[in-house]
Amino acid sequence: MFTFILRRLMMLPLVFFGVTIIIVLLMQLLTPAQRAAAYIRSENQANQIPEIIRQYRLDEPWYVQYGLWIGRLADGDLGYSRTTNEPVLTTLRKRLPTTAELALLAILPVVGVGIFLGTMAALNRDGVIDQVVRVLSIFGWSIPTFVMGIWLLVIFYGLLGWFQPGRISTEFAIQMATGDFRNYTGFLTLDALLNGRLDIALDALRHLVLPVITLATVSSAQIMRVMRSSLLDALSEDYVRTARAKGLRARVVNRKHARRNALIPVITLSGFVLIGLINGVVITETIFNYPGLGQWAARAALNLDYASVLGFAIFTAVTVVAANLLVDVLYGIVDPRIRYG
Amino acid sequence: MDAAPAPKFVERKTALGRWWQSKSLRRFRRNPLAIVGLVIVASFVVIATIAPLVTPLGRSCMRDLGLTAATADAHRDVRNAAFWQLMFRTPDSCYMMPRAGFSPIPQSAEASGTLLGTTSQGYDIYYGLMWGARTAFRIGVLVVGIGLTVGILIGATAAYLGGWVDNVLMRFTDVVIAVPALVLALVIVMVLGNSIVNLMIAIAAVAWPSYARLVRGEVLRIKQLEYVTGAQAMGRRSFGIVFRHILPNAIGPVLIVASLDIGSIVLTAAALSFLGLGPELGYTDWGQMISFARNWILGPPGQPLAYWYTSFWPGLTIVMFVLGWNLLGDAFRDVLDVRGHV
Repeated sequence: MFTFILRRLMMLPLVFFGVTIIIVLLMQLLTPAQRAAAYIRSENQANQIPEIIRQYRLDEPWYVQYGLWIGRLADGDLGYSRTTNEPVLTTLRKRLPTTAELALLAILPVVGVGIFLGTMAALNRDGVIDQVVRVLSIFGWSIPTFVMGIWLLVIFYGLLGWFQPGRISTEFAIQMATGDFRNYTGFLTLDALLNGRLDIALDALRHLVLPVITLATVSSAQIMRVMRSSLLDALSEDYVRTARAKGLRARVVNRKHARRNALIPVITLSGFVLIGLINGVVITETIFNYPGLGQWAARAALNLDYASVLGFAIFTAVTVVAANLLVDVLYGIVDPRIRYG
Repeated sequence: MDAAPAPKFVERKTALGRWWQSKSLRRFRRNPLAIVGLVIVASFVVIATIAPLVTPLGRSCMRDLGLTAATADAHRDVRNAAFWQLMFRTPDSCYMMPRAGFSPIPQSAEASGTLLGTTSQGYDIYYGLMWGARTAFRIGVLVVGIGLTVGILIGATAAYLGGWVDNVLMRFTDVVIAVPALVLALVIVMVLGNSIVNLMIAIAAVAWPSYARLVRGEVLRIKQLEYVTGAQAMGRRSFGIVFRHILPNAIGPVLIVASLDIGSIVLTAAALSFLGLGPELGYTDWGQMISFARNWILGPPGQPLAYWYTSFWPGLTIVMFVLGWNLLGDAFRDVLDVRGHV
């Protein structure tokens, strides 16, 4: 197990190296003056572009620039975000909890609904539940995030007025800015509870309902499908028949023998689900005007704010690799063959 | 007149007949969802083909076709050069949505005199959706083509040469896969600039790694077969072996998988252009039409659903398109699944 994790860990620097090389090479398509824009902090600096190019040595060959860029990265200097008017690293740090709150809440239905409904469908093969789940999963899988978000807004914001876009209502935003509201975790719902403000926590939750549904739909549908088909496969295995023949109760067979094995493909998929969530976060946050990393990256891309977009790209790549590492470890725990293989 | 009775059953021996009767195709035909998917995708192919004939062309498009108000319908007649030009050498201006007025507020079908209403700035929704199907297939087919070419070259080289070449190429593939597709495509479009060509380049740049992996697997499998050893023994050069002997046998499954990707590729394109990183403003493209709808979620006081058509029609079109490809892809993966035959 240890060498297995170690082997996986070695992938991390490789991917980091590869992604940064790709990014630096892509940046070579820009002129040095465009690259300099990543380090400009205000419009007054516009006439200092030649100095900035010289200072950051942006007209050197790409491999020299790569070395310099990595050096700055190691110092935590990812450039300056014109979109948020602060260093990129500061924005990343500030907005990460906001996005994490949304993504973590979205993972709950993805895992819960996906695995639960998938299991139910497989155990009631061709029954009513199965048919409903299959139709649901096909539609859920086919509604793009941006269509889903807009439609939910039209119905629940435009027509019914139950939910609003954004992260918090204006009145609470003012109270939080002026009163003695303290940020502990950056998770608004948690912080509000820690401050003893149930009303703010509920308001924040209300703002999260639609984005969470939007973000979770596609991934839940995928997990549901895979869970269903892999449990069906597992149920037709010889060891399940043996377990039944031994006279074990159906619950025990389904849970211990079938479902445990059926989870392996689902775990494989969860790496892809994470990638899907990151893609989804960019779109969902943009639709719901939710001030997280995704909304920032999308706005930055429109502003040609290179520093921000590259910072976001590196962040997502590292996240994905780290998550895949976790998936592999989980894999080893569930499936002993991989540990010893 | 005693002619010999016609044989009741004529066994079809043509390749097409054999294919039609093959086990996998029978499975496909028996799957109702697969048929639904096929019908949906086929409808979109028809829509994309006939879009120029059933939509009211814009002024600049007509000018580029050499049409005037007097000959406005000439492009619907196959005897005219304008018809063929419109079908096969479509001027770029025809891909721009014509505007029924310049109203900043969306107009309903009745108010604007268009079939499905207009978005803000007066863009004709019906025109955008019909021609958007053409754009979608253009993006889908070209991106799959480019991605496949790159994927085949990299995958086949890696598998055939093996050793450190294989290692370097496949680790590079791993790296590209590690970045979420939308994010990488976002970076590329931002650096290259907004246009339909750059959008396609960006998506192809994130699509090739999965094809490369597939091709590599297939080539590795076929490389073991005896006829390849035979070709090697006869002294053929390695690239000759790869391209003449291995690839033609490896390419089938890859081609199917890749063409089924058209749905998800169009979806990525629509998502990027929803974010504002797609073709130029006014291009017939579904993602952009959804992004127009973003500002019209709320109607005027008292009429909450006044602008429903701005988000409903484009949304429905994209959902149907993706649904069709998903159903089709699902059925094909079922048919191709080897385990299912045992």
